[in-house]
Amino acid sequence: MINPEMKSVCDVPMPEKSGPNLTIRRRRPLDTLVYGFIFLCSAAVSAMILFFIGYILYKGIASLSLSFLTTAPNPITEAIGILPAIINTLYMVFLSLVISIPIGIGGAVYLQEYATNTKLVKTIEFTTETLSGIPSIIFGVFGYIFFCVALNFKVSLLSGALTLTIIVLPVILRTTGEALKAVPSTYREAALGLGAGKWYTIRTVILPSASGGILTSVLLATGRIVGESAALLLVAGGSAMYMPKGNFLNQIMGSGATLSVELYRYAYVRGDTDIGFAIAVVLLTLSVALNLGCRAINRKMNGENNE
Amino acid sequence: MKASTSNIQTDKQRKLQSPASGKSRLPIDRAMHGLFLICGLVSVLAVILITLYMIVSGGPAIAKLGVKEFLLGNVWNPEAGQFGILPMILSSIYATLLAVLVAVPISVCTSVFLTFIAGKRTSSICLFLIELLAFIPSVVYGLLGAMLVVPLIFKLQSIAGLPQSGSLAAASIVLVIMILPTMINVSTSSIRAVPKAYYDASLGLGSSKIQAIFKVVLPSAKSGIAAGIVLGVGRAIGETMAVLMVAGNAAILPEFLGSVRLLTVGISLEWAYSSGLHREALLGIGLVLFAFIMIINLILNYILKRGGVNN
Repeated sequence: MINPEMKSVCDVPMPEKSGPNLTIRRRRPLDTLVYGFIFLCSAAVSAMILFFIGYILYKGIASLSLSFLTTAPNPITEAIGILPAIINTLYMVFLSLVISIPIGIGGAVYLQEYATNTKLVKTIEFTTETLSGIPSIIFGVFGYIFFCVALNFKVSLLSGALTLTIIVLPVILRTTGEALKAVPSTYREAALGLGAGKWYTIRTVILPSASGGILTSVLLATGRIVGESAALLLVAGGSAMYMPKGNFLNQIMGSGATLSVELYRYAYVRGDTDIGFAIAVVLLTLSVALNLGCRAINRKMNGENNE
Repeated sequence: MKASTSNIQTDKQRKLQSPASGKSRLPIDRAMHGLFLICGLVSVLAVILITLYMIVSGGPAIAKLGVKEFLLGNVWNPEAGQFGILPMILSSIYATLLAVLVAVPISVCTSVFLTFIAGKRTSSICLFLIELLAFIPSVVYGLLGAMLVVPLIFKLQSIAGLPQSGSLAAASIVLVIMILPTMINVSTSSIRAVPKAYYDASLGLGSSKIQAIFKVVLPSAKSGIAAGIVLGVGRAIGETMAVLMVAGNAAILPEFLGSVRLLTVGISLEWAYSSGLHREALLGIGLVLFAFIMIINLILNYILKRGGVNN
C-alpha cells in the first residue's frame, strides 16, 4: 500500500536533470550558512590545538637542555634545573599507581564478575560517577584535613599519592570495567567447564584477556597524576626546591613539587615564563606519548576483536 | 545510562546462570570475593568520607561567621575579619555560564562535522587532537592563557580605560578551551548513538542534510548533549590552576573586563598562609563549592536517567 504522503512527494515534478547532486541543488541559503559555521568551528578548534602545540614548542625548546633536566636548582650558583620535580613526579606516579591499580582492578572485577545485588552495584556506580565529578581542589581540601591532619601524614608525597589514588580511582574502575565487559562470556564458561574455580578463572583467563584495557587505565591514570596540580599544592607542598633524601620512608614523608606544580611556581609565582614553557614541553611530550600509547593499545585490541 | 542498566540485568542473569555464582567451596574463592568487595566499596567509602569531612570542617566555620554574612557579604578582607564570599560565588557562576554558552555551539558543530561531514581520516585526526587537548595539564592552559589571552584583554582594557589585569573575560576564554574536549566527546558519542535510520528516513522524506541533522538527529541526541553541557559546567566551576593564572584574583564583584576571584581560586590562593578563622573561612568556601558540585552531579544523574526512560 502506498502511503498518501509518499505519493504526494513522488508526484512533485522532478527537475530535468535529476541525479546525484539533487541535494546540493536544493540547498537553502540557511544551509550554506550553517555549513559555513560548522566548518569554521571545527577548523578553529583544530587550528587552535595545533597552534598551542607549536607555540609551546617554540617558546620552550630554547630553555630546554640536558643540564636543565638533570640538575637540581641551586640558589647560590643560580643553577636552574628540574631534576627534583622529575623525581617527585616519578615517586608520585609510582606510589599512586601502586595503591590505586589493585583497588581499581579489584573493584571492577567485583562489579563485573561477582556482584549480583543490583542495589549495591548502582550505589558503587553512583559514587564512582560522583567521584569523577568532584574537582581536584576539593580533593585537595579533603586530602589535607584527612590524610595530612587526621591521619597525621603531614604535607608529604605520601599524602599526595593517597589523594591522587581517590582522584584516579574512577578512571581505573571505568576503563577496567569496560575491558572486563568485553571479555566474551564463553571464556568464563569454558574455564568453568574445565573445572577451574572462580578466582583461578579470573587470574588466568579473564584478567589476561582484559590486559589491554587495564594498561589503558594505567596510562590514563598516569596522565591524570602527572597533570594534577591544584590538589597537590595543598597536600604535597609546592614551595621547597626539594630533593628526596634518606631512606624510602623518609623520602615519601617529605614534601615536594611535581612537574605541574613546579610549572605553576616558576611561571606564576616567580614570573619566569621561559622555564614554565620548558616544563610545559616536558609535560606536553608526556601527554602525547600517553595519548599515542592509549591509541596503539586500542587499535591492537580492535584489530584482535575483528580477526 | 539505558545501556548500563540493561547491562546490569544481563550481567545478573549471566552470573545467576553460571555455576560458580553460588557459594564456592574453595576458601581462596571466598577470600578473593571478600577482597574484591572491599575494593569495590572504597569509592563508596571515599564519597562518604569526603562529604562528612567537608561538612564537619566547613559547616562550623559558616555557622560561626553567620550564614548570611558569609554567603551574601560583599567584602573579603581576612585581616579585618571580614569574610563575605558573594563576589567569588558570582564570579564562579558568571565565568562558568559565559564559558558554557560559548562552548555549546562550538562543540555541537564540531560533533556534527566529525559525525556527518568529515571523512574517516579527517575525523580520526581531529579526534586525536581533541583527545590531546584533554590530556594537557591545566597549568599548561594557565600558562598559555597568561601569555596569549591576557595580553589581548589588556588591549581591550586600555581601550575601555580600565586598569590592565587578569579578568573574567580571560578566565572564560581559557575555560571554554578546557571544557571543549569533554563536551565534544560526550556530544559526539550521543550523536553517533542516534540510529542512522533516523537520518536516512529524514533525507528520504526530502529534507536537506542540515535539516535532517538539526531537526531530527540533534533532538534525538538531546539528553546526551545536555549531559555534556552539565559535565562542562562541572569542569568549569571546579577548575582552579588555569583560572588562577589568568583571572587577576581580586575578590571584588565581577565585571566582564575586571579582575575576578573564583571560589576555587579563593581556596588555593590563600591556603598556604592562612590560619585560625581565616583557614576556617577557606574550608567554608570548600563546602559551598562542594554543594555546587553535588547539585550539578544530581542534575547530571537526573538527565541521564530521564534520557534512559525516554528512549
